[in-house]
Amino acid sequence: MEIKVLGPGCPKCRQTEKIVREAVSESGVDAEIEKVTDILKIGEYGVFGTPAVVIDGEVKSVGKIPTKEEIKRWIGK
Amino acid sequence: MTENCCVPGGTVMILSCSGGSNVGQLSNQAAVELTREGVGKMFCLAGIGGQLSGFVQSARDVPEMVTIDGCSVGCAKAILEKARVPLKSYLVLTDLGIEKNKNFDLSSEDIRRVKEAVKAILSEK
Repeated sequence: MEIKVLGPGCPKCRQTEKIVREAVSESGVDAEIEKVTDILKIGEYGVFGTPAVVIDGEVKSVGKIPTKEEIKRWIGK
Repeated sequence: MTENCCVPGGTVMILSCSGGSNVGQLSNQAAVELTREGVGKMFCLAGIGGQLSGFVQSARDVPEMVTIDGCSVGCAKAILEKARVPLKSYLVLTDLGIEKNKNFDLSSEDIRRVKEAVKAILSEK
């Protein structure tokens, strides 16, 4: 599983990355987590804002910090 | 990057049908000018219609959105329904008394009326 957290580096983006890492760790799933900070690369996902979470190529959340429960549901745990 | 770089806190998403008539193009021009004026930010309805997840999820998650259809055919509204995006503020330009035709020489007065109508809808929120 491939998880990307899109965000240029503000507190909300960092918080989102932290929650994603916690959710993955607690779930025990095998996932590669990447933080994407490059504005041009973020633009390729067509998101209206950040932070955004992308799981296996599908954008799951935009412009808000998802809950840990949401992330666990998205990764199937 | 600043500490507040994340958007769209409070940013209004503007969607226009941008269709092939005077009212379609009026919706487009109004969306462009409202974006320039800082009222909101025009977003890509075609991306939502194409079911691209970044566009669809952005429209689902944004707190404030205004959708502008040129006429009562309601193509923009239909795209949102198909993508399971809740319709929020909504405006149909022919309801403003603007007649639909194929004249693409848009009048500044019509553009002004559309922009004022959008601002009025948003001020009711």
